[in-house]
Amino acid sequence: MNQTTAATTPVNTEASFNTVVKPTILKRCLSIFAAGPVKPGESYGAPGQGKSLAISLFTTAMLIGIWYIATYFQWVKPLFLPSPGAVVMRFWEVATEGFANATLLEHTGWSMMRVFSAFLLALVTAVPIGIFMGVNRIARGIFDPIIEFYRPLPPLAYLPLVIIWLGIGEVSKIVLIYLAIFAPMALSARAGVKSVAMEQIHAAYSMGGSRWQVIRHIILINALPEILTGMRIGIGFGWTTLVAAEMVAAQAGLGFMVLNAAEFLVTDIVIMGIIVIGIIAYLFDMLMRYLEKKLVPWKGR
Amino acid sequence: MSRLQIRDVSVLYPGVNGGEAVTALSGININIEPGEFVVALGASGCGKTTLLNLMAGFIQPSDGYLTLGDSSIAGLPRVACGLDLKDQISGPGKDRGVVFQKHALLPWLNVLENAAFGLKLQGVGEKERKARAADYLKLVGLEDFHNHPVYQLSGGMQQRVGIARALTNDPHMLLLDEPLGALDALTREVLQELLLDVWQETQKMMFFITHSVEEALFMASRLIIMSPRPGRITHEFPLEFNKIFLENRDARKVKSMPEFIAMREKVLGIIHGDEVAGGGLH
Repeated sequence: MNQTTAATTPVNTEASFNTVVKPTILKRCLSIFAAGPVKPGESYGAPGQGKSLAISLFTTAMLIGIWYIATYFQWVKPLFLPSPGAVVMRFWEVATEGFANATLLEHTGWSMMRVFSAFLLALVTAVPIGIFMGVNRIARGIFDPIIEFYRPLPPLAYLPLVIIWLGIGEVSKIVLIYLAIFAPMALSARAGVKSVAMEQIHAAYSMGGSRWQVIRHIILINALPEILTGMRIGIGFGWTTLVAAEMVAAQAGLGFMVLNAAEFLVTDIVIMGIIVIGIIAYLFDMLMRYLEKKLVPWKGR
Repeated sequence: MSRLQIRDVSVLYPGVNGGEAVTALSGININIEPGEFVVALGASGCGKTTLLNLMAGFIQPSDGYLTLGDSSIAGLPRVACGLDLKDQISGPGKDRGVVFQKHALLPWLNVLENAAFGLKLQGVGEKERKARAADYLKLVGLEDFHNHPVYQLSGGMQQRVGIARALTNDPHMLLLDEPLGALDALTREVLQELLLDVWQETQKMMFFITHSVEEALFMASRLIIMSPRPGRITHEFPLEFNKIFLENRDARKVKSMPEFIAMREKVLGIIHGDEVAGGGLH
């Protein structure tokens, strides 16, 4: 008896398993939104958990693959989309021989000088002003309308004004990028100040802290994570504004190189310039994320 | 040592969007004497926390005044309401340590640095402040956790750090705003006993807020019961269960004494009577 039941039961369950589980296509499509079983260390129903690095690498490889295939079979004219090989060749050519009277290193150097000077300038002005706006109503009253007014304006709209006022030299280029970085950095610092927990401030006062000590030991440190986020957002805006800044009277620079190449329809240099800007910005963002982990490991605790 | 006086204190919160003003506290009069353990008990909204915030100097009364010894904490006596005296209101100060319900520790500092933070604000040198903080960390049973980040500690341990931090400053009195409210029942009992030990050891004035009747009876040398709408003190009882515990060291025995149970029933009766009356207003 025992032997027969042991032999038959698994067959039965397998059969019922095969007949019952047949989801429709619609159900299969919707199943990515369903909460599925979780791996150890994950919590049930948490949105978007799991690693995505492998998928990101796959996506990147796929894009380059499609790009390669599309150019290999001449689906698009090289004028519109040059092959990856051509772009790499151009990279080497511009790196060694140069383009528009400057090598790639010089172009990159000039652009980085402009973006990072503007970034440092913004760091030493926007962060203090943002903090001041957070802790003082008069400072907030003064700076809020100014920042909120110019913040949504496209840099190209006030570029002519900056050139009329400051000329066509380096100053106007750096100021244009500086203005783009300033607003998000100041507003982040201000939001950081506002995010401090009232209990921490009260605790410090009831331990005999002065107003200045509370600002220095509680508010400033509490604002640090948001200030770092503001720096990341700010430098992103800086790279976004680079091409606009190098539109007028630049002799070198990545933005200038791209614009100049576009005028002569040298599409491979345009694409190469875009990729170089993208990689530099991405590397800097990684550095900032690393700094964030080192400086504020307590973020969100 | 000096006593804390609260005279005719009322607190009105202005109505939101032109709505009716809310009377959070009305006609509060109490003295807290040196060495007393005063527990305020009452349902939510009876103004317990408002009263504590007044004592801490975080808010000002609409009427009346509070003094600790010779110094004015908040509000001014009516006779001396001249503008020139406003400077003499001290507001929050290191003579009154506060322990919060949410621990309010600083996550970028470790346990020892958190406990020493008050002394740092007062400019005490690093070596001395750390030595003094270490003494109080030992008192709350955290001598082996000096270098831990506070955000990795359990809720009970965080609250211990909060207590040590307040004590390191050597205040006249401790203001405890439901410090055990967020803890599990077992940890809660351990910390109740710890706080009584700290009280006995340091002889500090304590003002402790809770909405647990048993906790209030166990801890208090004087119990004040508050009632909402408007927040006021309705009953006061002198109690000695804490002294009995400090002698026999048996919390379960104290909490099952017939006198304890009878008192609990009495207090529950008072509070439930209030809640029925309060509920009827809705």
